[in-house]
Order: sequence, then structure tokens, then C-alpha cells
Amino acid sequence: MLARRNFLKASLAASGGLLLTTSFPSARAATLGKAAAEDVALNAYIDIAPSGRVTITAKNPEIGQGVKIMLPMLIAEELDVSWDDVVITQADLDTRYPEQSAGGSQATPRNWLPMRRVGAAGRQMLMAAAAAEWGVPASECGTRPGEVLHAASGRSLSYGTLAAKAAALPVPGLDSVKLKDPKDFRIIGKPTRNIEVPRIVTGQPMFGIDVSVPGMLYAVFQKCDVHGGRLVRSNVAEIRKLPGVRAAFEVKGGRDLRGLLDGVAVVAESWWQANRARQQLDIVWDEGDITGQSSVAFAATAAELAKGKPADILRRDGDVAQGFAKAAHVVEAAYSYPFLSHIDLEPQNCTAHFADGRIEIWAPTQNPAPGSALVSRTLGIPETAIKVHMVRAGGGFGRRLSNDYMVEAAWISKVVGAPVKLVWTREDDMRHDLYRPAGYHHFKAGVDASGRLVAFSDHFVTFREGDAIANSADMPAVEFPARLVENLEYGVSMMRLRAPTGPLRAPRSNGLGFAFQGFLDELAHAAGRDPVAFARDLLGAPRLLPDPPGPRQGPGFDTGRMRGVIDLVAEKSGWGKTALPKGTGMGLAYYFSHLGYFAEVVQASVSPAGEITVDKVWVAGDIGSQIINPLNAENQAQGAALDGIGTALGHGLTIEAGKIVQGNFDTVLPLRMRQAPPVEVHFNVTNHPPTGLGEPALPPAIPALVNAIFAATGKRIRSLPIKDIDLSASA
Amino acid sequence: MSYTIVVNGVQRSADVDGETPLLWVLRDTLDLKGTKFGCGAAQCGACTVHMDGHPTRACQTPIASVGDGRITTIEAIGESSIGRALQEAWIEHDVPQCGYCQAGQIMTAAHLLSQTPKPTDADINEAMSGNLCRCATYTRIRAAIKTAAGKA
Repeated sequence: MLARRNFLKASLAASGGLLLTTSFPSARAATLGKAAAEDVALNAYIDIAPSGRVTITAKNPEIGQGVKIMLPMLIAEELDVSWDDVVITQADLDTRYPEQSAGGSQATPRNWLPMRRVGAAGRQMLMAAAAAEWGVPASECGTRPGEVLHAASGRSLSYGTLAAKAAALPVPGLDSVKLKDPKDFRIIGKPTRNIEVPRIVTGQPMFGIDVSVPGMLYAVFQKCDVHGGRLVRSNVAEIRKLPGVRAAFEVKGGRDLRGLLDGVAVVAESWWQANRARQQLDIVWDEGDITGQSSVAFAATAAELAKGKPADILRRDGDVAQGFAKAAHVVEAAYSYPFLSHIDLEPQNCTAHFADGRIEIWAPTQNPAPGSALVSRTLGIPETAIKVHMVRAGGGFGRRLSNDYMVEAAWISKVVGAPVKLVWTREDDMRHDLYRPAGYHHFKAGVDASGRLVAFSDHFVTFREGDAIANSADMPAVEFPARLVENLEYGVSMMRLRAPTGPLRAPRSNGLGFAFQGFLDELAHAAGRDPVAFARDLLGAPRLLPDPPGPRQGPGFDTGRMRGVIDLVAEKSGWGKTALPKGTGMGLAYYFSHLGYFAEVVQASVSPAGEITVDKVWVAGDIGSQIINPLNAENQAQGAALDGIGTALGHGLTIEAGKIVQGNFDTVLPLRMRQAPPVEVHFNVTNHPPTGLGEPALPPAIPALVNAIFAATGKRIRSLPIKDIDLSASA
Repeated sequence: MSYTIVVNGVQRSADVDGETPLLWVLRDTLDLKGTKFGCGAAQCGACTVHMDGHPTRACQTPIASVGDGRITTIEAIGESSIGRALQEAWIEHDVPQCGYCQAGQIMTAAHLLSQTPKPTDADINEAMSGNLCRCATYTRIRAAIKTAAGKA
């Protein structure tokens, strides 16, 4: 215990910040740190000190999703150690560790068994070492936290004393190690605090933007606001004369919008000086062909395309024309959603130090391996000469899956021959993002006299980058309610887009969920049905709807799991049982994404003046058999639902003449405290492998909100953001 | 030119242009990196510090304007009973996700509790709506402020 407390003090002192005179209460908590020289490594993840202190390496990038705690919890559980004997250390990008990325809510499904097996293998080696010491069969040995036991003789040995002998034993095959019965879990399933919080609340340097390297200079990089525009000429020579500027130079980049692009780098003794000098830049750009590159033109083109047949058919079941002809009610509606920026609160940044043909990089990235490869290609140095440190990121949301900031910092450091910290401004961040693509859906559907959905079509107008569909701008052929409607057709047409696109938290689903779930709510009302009853009927009996074979084949869609969360959220929200005042309504939406089933109810009120109050959100999720860290799970689900609410209310970018118009939080309006409702989170624990939670609670929040506004006002919201729509009684 | 300002009770000197925002003096000259850069336009609150006890956006405060104003940053807010109670409440409620905004949140909350020891939800909305949390941990921020209000 004493050693650990000393460590905490030492780490704070080393950080250069305020020294805390007393430690914070932290009952049963792991700490941060690194393995000591005398510690023994059982494998790439586990180091054991003679004292019994266990250092566990967290292999994945931490962006606020809590993975730096979660993966070590899996290892510690099966190793069978006490959580307060655990020290967690962050891995660098390292070929010993697989899949070091943060995306797709994949950390849980892809690591649930592998990380537990890593811990179990360590436990097995410790038991074998003890068995050899005692001359008994390993099968007679067991463990309790931090110790191997021989029940028959009452003997025990601590992990600390066994570690050196255990490390010399063969490593067991990971597929053959025995895992705990979940009923014996001591760590998994327990509310476990984030060990970084004491550092966060005292302002210790820990984010990418806080990195400091001796002799470091500061850089900004001006690119063309029309994405991929080419640099013709600049007044860079004059910039070099400005106060504090140590270097200013033109960069000729490539054509890859996610790599190094044309621009002007300004490097100074302070970031402020670099950014102020940059404001004197006068650059002539060749913007290229920007014909039609505006939000107004895209909307007009999409509406025009919708009058014709789709360029491609994604899916055709039955005959929609016949279905519409037989329907008692036919509903048509056009839905659209805007381009979005990720707006990570920590602007993109990276620190790089190039020297003697090698480069060391400190990057708040979600995806370091492709970053290393990009730096290698662009700078022409082998990956063996590149060292990437993964630094905590102030939000990710998918933006940091790309590594453009990394290659920029690396290039600038190479040119100036000094360590350089590149920091983007907020405007850089918003105008040089990889945007959530806008989308335009043209729906038509028919319900029969009994209120059953019998025909459904969507002509989806989306974007292409070059000749291929733009990143995250596609729609799965199995998009709900496909497979549940006898006559169904999904068609797609595309428009050319210059701006690069990419995944934003719950990619595709964050737009598709709004459009489809909004329209399905319209259909329920057209059919004269309660939306919950309509959803239950549409889903039908519990069964698995398999995905078609192919490279993107998923696990299928389980109607029973979806029904389960709809029933749960209806019960918890008092759906249909609560008398609501005039101007107040409840909306339901449900969505399956990232292997998670979520149903959400939003209660919202709209004043006669059109002001929206989101009163409350209820979230019901099914992510399988185990909530690994309930304390963080609640936080993630609340945050994802509120992210959806905030996105629906206030996010939206417009493009004019090829450029993003918005640049800061005066025009893109993230959710603020006064807008944030309470969010109640419930989980259905089901007998399925545990899956991730970073994303799937987001998509239903958006349509649940617009459906609630309809219930409150009778007004359908078919385009986002809501801030641009007049909801006043006189509108 | 050289400016001497009082930060966390200590006189510190910075040889910078007078227009340099306090934010960058704190972060890059004085190596106090707890105060964060989020927008550079007083829109997000990540750079909130106290000047003579009042929440101030360091990104919009030129160093030349600080004068003898006493600056307190997140690194020292725990020296006050309110700041300390807030830090402990943030830990108890496991508030942060990414954590980037939380220094600014705590600085604003510390001023709120100094003026309004038992804030209502409306008080919290009023005081805290200038501080963005992109992870939307607002539910827990609210709960932590209430917990701290009972202990400070």
C-alpha cells in the first residue's frame, strides 16, 4: 500500500503540476504507472513485482470510452488479482499487440475472450510454478486474489514470490486455458472508477495537446478550404520575418485527402506567435472544379434525382408497385440530414521529433497503425524507424481514425529538424474534417386496412468521392425494415462530392436511424396505431433474420432482442400510461447497430413560441450477457443518447463554393447544460456474447426526439438540425 | 516585453507580446497545461480560470490586461475547500469520459458554489451552460456539483 501511495505522489511531482498534499479517497482502485525494473513479465500484458503489485498494459487508444480500464479489468479478473493491486500502463503502438484501434464499438466483442485468456494464461503459469515448488499436481492448486493455494495441505504462495519461476515456464496455448465461470467474477461487472479522474480534476498534463519535448517548436498548417485545392503561390518569405517565427515554408502534398495536402507551415517559438503570423498569409490557391459543390445545389440535385429511377437497386423484394396499389394508406415523405463535423473538444494535434532518419511521434489518435504507415510512405522512411506513442485524446468520435494531423506534424518536424507540436485551430478542425455525409431519403410506404406495413421503398440520394461511394455514405441492403416487409425496394443515386467524408460515431446509423425511424413513426400514425404496438407487429415473433453471405456479412438481426428492449423502454418510460400536458409528447425509436439493440423514449415539450425542452430520455439496451463496468456503461449510454439529442438540435454544416461555412461553436451548437435532460439507462441482460457501447445508444435518440416533437406539436421534422426549423404555434 | 502576474499565489514572469492570451502564457510559458484550448473564441469554456475569483476565459484575456489580477487555475483550485470538494465529487461520481473539458467545468462550478452554496437545477443551468462537454457528461456534472454543495 505504501509503495503505491508513494508512486502516486511521484507521478504528480514528475508532471510539473501542483503537488497534492493528501491523496484522494480511492477505495479499491487500481493506479496508473509503469512496471519497475525488477518486475517479472509473464507475457506482453502482465508484469508482477515481488510485492505482488501487478502492472497490466492497456493496449488500445483511450479517447474517453474507458477502454484503458476495461481491458485491464478483463485480464485482472482471470489472472485473479485484487483490483487495488493493479497498476495500469498505456501501450505504445507495438507489434506485440493486435488491433490497437478505437472504433466501431469493437473493443468489447474483439477482446472479451482474448484478454481474459491472457489473464488466465498468467494464472495457469503461476499455478504451475507453485505446483512444482510443492511437488503436487497443478490440478490440485487453485487461487485467490494474488495467491496460489494448495487446499489439501493448506499451503499458499504469493504471485510476487512465484513470478520469476512462472515466467520461465512455457506459455500455455491461449485457446486451451480455463476461464472463470461468470458467477465467480470479482472485477468484471463491478462498478469501477476511471483511475485517470484524479489527474483530470487536478489538471495534470495527459492529453496529446499537453505533450512537451525539450527544444520543441510550435506549428500551424494552412490548407486550402476547398478540400484538395492546390497551392499556387504565397507570401511565405514575408511570414519568416514576423516575431517568433523560426520557419515558414510551402508544402506540396499529394492527392490523398486523408494524407499530406498542399499548404503552408508556420513554425514559431510559441503557438500563439505561429498562429498570429499565419494570419498574415496571402495564398493563391487553385481550387479546382467546384461546380455544384454547395448544400443548396446538393438539395436541389437530390430532389431532381428523386423524380427519376434510382441509378442502382440495393434490394428488391416482391413488387412495391403492387403493394402500394393494394394499400389502404400510402405515405410519401422526403427526409434529409446535413454534413456533420466531429468537433472533438481537443482540436487535432500531434507532436513529432524527426532526427537522424528516425521519428518519434506523440499522437492522440484512434488508429495509430495506419498513421505509422502513412508517415512511412510520405516521409520515405521505414516503419521500423517510426515510434508512435498513443496519448489520451480529448474525444475521438471517429475523427481520429484518420491521421492527417500526424503526417503533417511529421513532415514539418523533418523539414525544420526539430521537435514540433502541431495544433489546429477550431476553425481548422471544423473546415478540414472527414465529414459525416449528408443524405437524402425519398420514402413511400403503404399500410393495409388492418394497419400492417405491406410495401416500403426508399430512393436514397447520397455522395460519391471520385467514382466510388463516399466513405460512410452507403446504406446496407438489410437496413431495417428490410426482411420484414413483403414488398420492399431500396434504390440509390449518387452526387459528386469534393469534401472528404468519414465515420462519425455510429456511422451510417446516425443518419439512417433518423430517417427510417422518423418515417416509420409516420406510418404508425397513418395506420392509426400506437408506435410501440406498430413496432411489435412489424418485428413479429422472436427469430434471427440472417444476413446474406458476402464480405460484409453480419450476425443477422434478432427480432426478439429488439422486441425485448422496446418492451423494456415502454415499461420504464410509462409509455401510454402517463397523461402528458398539452405541448408535451413522448417519442419512440429503436435501432440495431454495432451489435447492440437499443430502444429509446424521449419526452419533449414545445412552447407556443417554439422553444424545445427535452424533459427526459429513457434508454434500454441489449449488449449481451455482461455489462463489464456498469459505472462506465451508464456514462457511455447517457453520453451517446445526449450526443444524439445535441446533434439533432444544433449540429449541421453547410457547404458553399466547396467550402465549409461554419468554423466555431457560434454556428455549430453542441448540447449545453441547460438543454441536457436526465437520461435513465436500463440493460436487458441476455445470453449473447458481450458487445460494445461507444456507439449503439446514439442512433435512436435522434428519431425518438423528432417523434416526441411530433407527439407534442403535430409537426413532423424531416430535416436536421432542429434549430433551423420554426416550431412556433404560428409557423 | 516582460509581464509579471500572480498565478496560484506565486509571482510568475513571462517575456511575451502583450496581446498573447493568458491561455497560451499559462500553457506554453508557465507549463501549467491543465487549462485547455478548445475554441479560441470564448465559446466552449475549456480555458476557464479565475481572475480575482471570477470565471474568466483565458483564451480572450491578453496578458497585458491581467495587471495585478490574481489568477487561479485548475492546478490550484483544490487548495480551497470548495475546489477540493468538487474534485472529490468528480471522482466519486466518475464524471469524465474524455476529460478534456472538466478543468473548465470545475473552475466554473467552483465560482457557482462560492456565490450559491446550495444551487438549484436552474442555478446550475445558468452557471454551467457556457462550458461545453462534447461527451455530454452533464448528468454527472450536475450530480457532482450537488454532492460538493453538501460538503464544501
